[in-house]
Amino acid sequence: MESCNCIEPQWPADELLMRYQYISDFFIALAYFSIPLELVYFVKKSAVFPYRWVLVQFGAFIVLCGATHLINLWTFNMHSRTVAIVMTAAKVLTAAVSCATALMLVHIIPDLLSVKTRELFLKNKAAELDREMGLIRTQEETGRHVRMLTHEIRSTLDRHTILKTTLVELGRTLALEECALWMPTRSGVELQLSYTLRHQNPVGFTVPIQHPAITAVFGTNRAVKISSNSPVARLRPSGRYMPGEVVAVRVPLLHLNNFQINDWPELSTKRYALMVLMLPSDSARQWHVHELELVEVVADQVAVALSHAAILEESMRARDLLMEQNVALDLARREAETAVRARNDFLAVMNHEMRTPMHAIIALSSLLQETELTPEQRLMVETILKSSNLLATLINDVLDLSRLEDGSLQLDISVFDLHGLFKEVLNLIKPIASVKKLYVTLSLSPDLPEYAIGDEKRLMQVLLNVVGNAVKFSKEGGISISASVAKSESLRDPRAPDFFPVPSDHHFYLRVQVKDTGSGINPQDIPKLFTKFAQSQSLATRNAGGSGLGLAISKRFVNLMEGHIWLDSEGLGKGCTAVFMVKLGTRGCSNEAKLPYLARATTNHMRTNFPGLKVLLMDDNGVSRMVTKGLLVHLGCDVTTVNSGDECLRVISNEHKVVFMDVSLPGLDVYEVAVRIHEKFSKRRDGPFIVALTGNTDRVTKESCMRVGMDGVILKPVSVDKMRSVLSELLDHGVLLEAK
Amino acid sequence: MSIQANYGTMELNLMQLQNQYLEFMRSVYREEFLDEQFAQLQKLQDDSNPDFVGEVVSLFFEDSEKLLNNLSTALQQQFVDFKQVDAHVHQFKGSSSSIGAYRVKNACCTFRSYCEERNFEGCVKCLQLVTREYYLLKNKLETLLRLEHQILRAGGTVPLH
Repeated sequence: MESCNCIEPQWPADELLMRYQYISDFFIALAYFSIPLELVYFVKKSAVFPYRWVLVQFGAFIVLCGATHLINLWTFNMHSRTVAIVMTAAKVLTAAVSCATALMLVHIIPDLLSVKTRELFLKNKAAELDREMGLIRTQEETGRHVRMLTHEIRSTLDRHTILKTTLVELGRTLALEECALWMPTRSGVELQLSYTLRHQNPVGFTVPIQHPAITAVFGTNRAVKISSNSPVARLRPSGRYMPGEVVAVRVPLLHLNNFQINDWPELSTKRYALMVLMLPSDSARQWHVHELELVEVVADQVAVALSHAAILEESMRARDLLMEQNVALDLARREAETAVRARNDFLAVMNHEMRTPMHAIIALSSLLQETELTPEQRLMVETILKSSNLLATLINDVLDLSRLEDGSLQLDISVFDLHGLFKEVLNLIKPIASVKKLYVTLSLSPDLPEYAIGDEKRLMQVLLNVVGNAVKFSKEGGISISASVAKSESLRDPRAPDFFPVPSDHHFYLRVQVKDTGSGINPQDIPKLFTKFAQSQSLATRNAGGSGLGLAISKRFVNLMEGHIWLDSEGLGKGCTAVFMVKLGTRGCSNEAKLPYLARATTNHMRTNFPGLKVLLMDDNGVSRMVTKGLLVHLGCDVTTVNSGDECLRVISNEHKVVFMDVSLPGLDVYEVAVRIHEKFSKRRDGPFIVALTGNTDRVTKESCMRVGMDGVILKPVSVDKMRSVLSELLDHGVLLEAK
Repeated sequence: MSIQANYGTMELNLMQLQNQYLEFMRSVYREEFLDEQFAQLQKLQDDSNPDFVGEVVSLFFEDSEKLLNNLSTALQQQFVDFKQVDAHVHQFKGSSSSIGAYRVKNACCTFRSYCEERNFEGCVKCLQLVTREYYLLKNKLETLLRLEHQILRAGGTVPLH
């Protein structure tokens, strides 16, 4: 036998089995070779594959396995040693690579698994994000709808349009079947169906407001699902199908005074309307959260829009009312004017027409008195005379009062004998008083001037009225009249706190007090005394003479004389004191003033008229200053000159009697200086006279000077004579009567 | 014998001087260089104040020359401050009216209205006018005072116009 290096197969092969093995091996090899090819192909196609090294390893492993199986094909029959060696080599390599791969896989597989987990995780995340996106979109949709709705609602100020629009837009946006608004009635006990989407004119359905469902809805500001059987939801005829879900929300009805942004959700007096929304009945739709939110927001907006409309309505109504009132007022004013004119006309006519016959009666009656009369006739004539005198007084009083009220009465100022006036009043009243057995005393204070300047007739009228009243209402005892010059302590009477008389050198206040021991007056009645035509009952039971106008007229006269009148009484039966103060002028003040600077012409020339008069001159123009100074020195004054406001204030003292200021200085500091000078001297009397010198006497300058309290204005250039007369007037009268 | 022969030469000179003075004053008033205010000033001059008019006039000259300088400086600025110019003119007007310088005062009034309008050319023209009037017046016043001095030196009294 030839020795071959052939290797015998392991076991004797069965023909069929061998064949199958052969084929299987072949296919295995094929597959093993094709797998890496496929892998490479697909990896090349995909962009990302991180494990190339693994692939190579795996590929090698597979290829070698395939090679092994392929080589196996040759080992079924007798094969040479080479084949066996190749086979062995292949197997060894395969073993090595397989082990390496196995080891590698230990690391790789967890990674690969985790990739899978991550993929799953990411998928979940993506799904979540998708959901959220969906939500945001829905919200944005809702927002858009709300904005659009709000815009629609707020684009009108008419209440009905607002509500109608709300319902229409809501219905459209949410695709509602029915949408209705229930408003509270005036009584607040019921809700009335006011607006619906589908019905054109809802007939007055009403529902009591205390229904539990409604209370529940009113209790929260969220939209609440209610049963479709509840009375507010029974708006459609019940159909065959299941009615859709119903939601109700409250709409706050705001009043003007409820409009406080801070406690918007909590309103004090809550009046709500109810908005009911119904989904279509045969759809399976449900109310989604975002739809409910939309409804709530819209309800709030509607509330705001309604309040705006209400405010507008209010203001329009107020304006209309005002216009009506204006028209009415205008009419009233015109009527009043007509009435006043008519009254004045009447008075003017009556004045003449009534007085003439009165005078005739009085005159002729008094003439008649002078003739020979029998006692009865005399009595009759006297009565006629007395009555007609009373009537004449009444007419005069009435006419006087009207004129006083019109303000057309003017006092007749003249010099009169003050002492004499009192004596005359005394003489007039003594006879009447003695008939009633009353004493009358008169005391005039020693400092009361003999003569005064004022309206004698009217003063006498006031005095007579007051004294006459005192006599009238006293049954026993007497009257004491005292007159004095009001001193500053008595000037401020606690009863007349708003009366501040300010006496001056040319005026004084006469104070007259009339005390009686008569029936007195209830202190509560005192204010009424001065009102026209009012007489308290107790007084009227006395011999009622006079119409009640007397005190009113007296008060008016006293007021005209810049004075005050009042009555005091401790009560009924305790007598009464009447006091009045009036302002009178002092006579002869200009002649009696003993001033050292009076014009006393020296024999030679009129040069020195004001010797030693200290004068301060303020002028910033050198030439002008020198000229004016020369002028004043020529008149004998002792002149100090300053050329600025500050210097003036520094230098001024109470020795300076007159300050001349040149106000052609630009700027206002001249006036300020005048004010400061006044401030420096607390009493006007201590301070100097301030006179302005100016190049132009326009109204503005004059007014500015008067405003700061200057005593006069002189136009430059000043002549010697003008200056002399100015100084005389200042020192004699204390005021520059005209600015020449 | 003529009337003139009854007087000595000195008296003759004095009379001549006084006549000259009066003529001069009349012409000055006629041409409105001075007005009534100047006469008032003259009234203020007396024994206790013998040189009152002279003092006032010198002060006026000083003041005015200063003001005229200020005015021309102000108007030569690149950006003319009309308020400042107006203030100076106001001062000048004040002093000239105090002294009775009628024509100067009127020129100042015109000047002021140009200042209010901020009319530069007008202001410049007015300044020239004012300056001219002032120097004319100065001339007249100096002559006046000289005549008065001569009269007083000659032992006479200044006649009242």
